[in-house]
Amino acid sequence: MTLTNTRGMHRHAARLLVAAALLLPFGGAHAQEVQVMIDNFTFSPQELTVKVGDTVTWTNRDDIPHTVVSAGKFRSKALDTDNTFSFTFASAGDYKYFCSLHPHMTGMIKVE
Amino acid sequence: MSEHDHDEERGVSRRKVLECMTWAGSGVLWTIAGGVPRSMGLVEAARAAEAPGLSFLQISDSHVGFDKPANPNAIGTLEEAINKINAMDKKPSFMIHTGDITHLSKVAEFDNADKIISQAKLDVHYVPGEHDFLDEEIKLYKDRYGKGTKGAGWYSFDAGGVHFIGLVNVVDLKAGGLGNLGAEQLEWLEDDIKGTSKSTPIVVFAHIPLWTVYPQWGWGTEDGGRALEYLKGFGSVTVLNGHIHQVMQKVEGNVTFHTARSTAFPQPAPGAAPSPGPMKVEDAKLRSMLGVASINFKQGDERLAIIDTPLQA
Repeated sequence: MTLTNTRGMHRHAARLLVAAALLLPFGGAHAQEVQVMIDNFTFSPQELTVKVGDTVTWTNRDDIPHTVVSAGKFRSKALDTDNTFSFTFASAGDYKYFCSLHPHMTGMIKVE
Repeated sequence: MSEHDHDEERGVSRRKVLECMTWAGSGVLWTIAGGVPRSMGLVEAARAAEAPGLSFLQISDSHVGFDKPANPNAIGTLEEAINKINAMDKKPSFMIHTGDITHLSKVAEFDNADKIISQAKLDVHYVPGEHDFLDEEIKLYKDRYGKGTKGAGWYSFDAGGVHFIGLVNVVDLKAGGLGNLGAEQLEWLEDDIKGTSKSTPIVVFAHIPLWTVYPQWGWGTEDGGRALEYLKGFGSVTVLNGHIHQVMQKVEGNVTFHTARSTAFPQPAPGAAPSPGPMKVEDAKLRSMLGVASINFKQGDERLAIIDTPLQA
């Protein structure tokens, strides 16, 4: 009996932990989907502020492929016209990124 | 053409060089004598083209797979360019391709490009463009064209008394920067030309212009100046590039910089559009903005001539 009780408590504690883990980094219902467009070799908006847990989706609307690369953080494949790339930001910080094919194209996601 | 008063005796001023670049019609021929370029009349040009010596072709930016409004049939215009080469009176010794063979580095694109370019029945010396390194493992280009090359695909060879150097400036690009050669390649270059006599004409070819054309659009090479530093002592240096899909030429001392047209689609003049993306022009005008370049070198004359020929005048 004692054993079973302890197990039950452990299970309960584990559930709480999982719930907390889900709530904390992703901000529950507040997580948002934010768009960045690539037009005329430019990321727009060039600088964007999001919350931890938000997902940013880049869409290439040029007739030339582009990439979205943040050193050591994320790296898309070459995006052909109308292709998209999404990344969910799990921790706060400044994420500078660029197009590895056209490095004069740069952008920044600030995650709070 | 006659309204352009081209002085055959004196050197051509920068303004005149720019004027010549606007011809875009029938072939423009440049000869290099003592580092000073001269434009020549077409009769003289024809004579130069017939003269014995080394002649080779440059094609660039074929972007096989591109099918957007600026040219829905890039593979068709590549085929036209090859047909034009096959129709030339004097068969060139070989061809160089200054990159962006494909649009998206797909196997089928490489296959199709090869199927068409091989119809010229010429040896082709390639350097990669950024569009040729888009496959996940970056191996399709190297498997096909990288044999016997160093690093990301650089190499040199000798032909007809000229030393040719193929460079790669499309890898490991830094955020906010331009094209990039990198320390390893520069070291190799320095070593490569050590044994070459200073009177040997040098031809350097790479995808992105080695000189700064328009940094706002990334048209230049971060460490291109270092490569040119190594080539300073040579009497004749010709730098052939692609990437910007239009003819441009600059002469600095004994170095001639030249970019070739694309066979796929034109791009705007620097700053003439919001971005360097493919430029849609009237259908009737498209072929006057696509083309190939032929380069002639006459032994003894120490001169190198570049003729840009559009697909259609």
